Amino acid sequence: MADGIPIEISGLTKRFGQVTAVDDLSFTVEPGRVTGFLGPNGAGKTTTLRALLGLVRPTAGTATFGGTRYRDLPRPLETVGAALDAAFHPGRTARDHLRVVASAGGIRSARVPDVLAQVGLSQFADRRAGGFSLGMRQRLALATTLLGDPRVLVLDEPINGLDPEGIKWIRGFLRSLAREGRTVLVSSHLLSEVQQSVDEVVIISRGRLVKSGSLASLELEVAPRTVVDSPHRLRLAAALDQAGLDYTEGPEGMIVDEPDPGVVGHAAFVGGVELSSLHRLASGLEDSFLALVGEGEE
Amino acid sequence: MSFVRSIAAEFRKVLTTRMWWLLALVLVAYVAVMSGGFGAFLGWTVQNPDAAAQAGGSTAMPPGMELAPLLYSFASSVGYVFPVLLGALAVTGEFRHRTLTATFLAEPHRATVLGGKFTSQLVMGAVLGVIGFATSVGAGAAALAAFDLETGLDSSDTWALVGRGILAMALWGAIGVGLGALVPNQVAAIVIVIAFTQFVEPILRLAASLNDVTAEIGRYLPGAASDALVGASFYSVAGMGAVETLEWWQGGLVLLGIAVVATVLGGLTTWRRDVS
Repeated sequence: MADGIPIEISGLTKRFGQVTAVDDLSFTVEPGRVTGFLGPNGAGKTTTLRALLGLVRPTAGTATFGGTRYRDLPRPLETVGAALDAAFHPGRTARDHLRVVASAGGIRSARVPDVLAQVGLSQFADRRAGGFSLGMRQRLALATTLLGDPRVLVLDEPINGLDPEGIKWIRGFLRSLAREGRTVLVSSHLLSEVQQSVDEVVIISRGRLVKSGSLASLELEVAPRTVVDSPHRLRLAAALDQAGLDYTEGPEGMIVDEPDPGVVGHAAFVGGVELSSLHRLASGLEDSFLALVGEGEE
Repeated sequence: MSFVRSIAAEFRKVLTTRMWWLLALVLVAYVAVMSGGFGAFLGWTVQNPDAAAQAGGSTAMPPGMELAPLLYSFASSVGYVFPVLLGALAVTGEFRHRTLTATFLAEPHRATVLGGKFTSQLVMGAVLGVIGFATSVGAGAAALAAFDLETGLDSSDTWALVGRGILAMALWGAIGVGLGALVPNQVAAIVIVIAFTQFVEPILRLAASLNDVTAEIGRYLPGAASDALVGASFYSVAGMGAVETLEWWQGGLVLLGIAVVATVLGGLTTWRRDVS
């Protein structure tokens, strides 16, 4: 595989009338890794991807593939494979859809059976796309992106609509594409959907960047806390107050803003409170994600 | 190079869905009934002028009237709506089925895509023209021959008419592309095509022919220009022949002008919009 191509978003802004969908967004997606592009619905993910692919004209800023805009790529399908909305003419078969795209993109139609096999659609090749399930349409969209054997893949919510088997398959598939040195950008509104397949995350909310870095660094965003419970919650609360610890009450006990369970245990001991549980709460990725996204919404 | 690819892709799009041959099928049925049926009826009135007059008839043909061109031109005079529809659907279908995204990903230069549609629909219009004229000449000549009337098949004028008719059908296909680019809503585009070709324009042509000044303008209506290009038409016989039509090449230029202007305007407006 030739040199990797990064995706570079710089100062990207898109306004639809009064609504600012993307607001001065900058980030880079590196080759050889799977990057999750995350944010709640309406955060501006799709608009960012459409601006990157030349489908939406940015109000300001640039979005390029290694410095080249999509429309300036000599043969775009051989550099970038993009799947945005898995929409097909209902009367056209899967094979014919791929042939149409191949002829428009200057790709040999001999690639068509290859990519159908790659996504496991060979047996449905001559069925009309109108009868396809969402999962099959996702596979056909993915097959379309692979036609030009591109070095960059941009996939908008590719896991949406896949069955568990399909989800497992696509995770391994994305990983293998990144291992080959390709740049893989996958959007999702659910971190849990992609956390097993991504190395990096770019998180946006309300059109703005809130976090860009490795998945591991996301875990450190929210400090670990301690969960403590007692048969006598009121007395426990008093003891925590006494020790000057902040906490919130949850179904499993008090969640204390203190990483060291020893400190919390000591506070209970000093207050003479019997404990029924005491353990460290590892901050979940999802917690971190929601906390970050929540910040953006304020 | 990318323009050639775009044309190839647009042909594939048309030929891999059923619309083109469904329209061709209806065209054949429509033209066969009009050309063959009308031919048989006129043949009968020519052979039996007395009976025709008794049956209530001002239907007697003017002397020296040539029936063959009239019957053969049905392919374009009533069939032109089919290439327009096919051309319009080539554009509106992309909006309706949200396939514009895939189309513009494969070819991000939108003018190239629209040029590919324009060119491919010119050819598809010509193909429908060949099918339509094969039907009208076949059915019309059969009807004329059945009444021992002149079929004109040995006349070069007849074949020149057929050639101009195929050219007219090709231009109508391109006009369809322009219309689709201006009116991307598929239902609206179809309603406009049907309403204009079957209702609005015939009335306008009739109304325009009542007055010398408006008749001058009426010659430039697309259907009138098309009939001028072909050189004969049911309309020009049915009471609207009083006004001189455009020259055949002028009619062709009018159609080409409409096609180009509509496509360019559409290309600068709806076709340039964000695809989201």
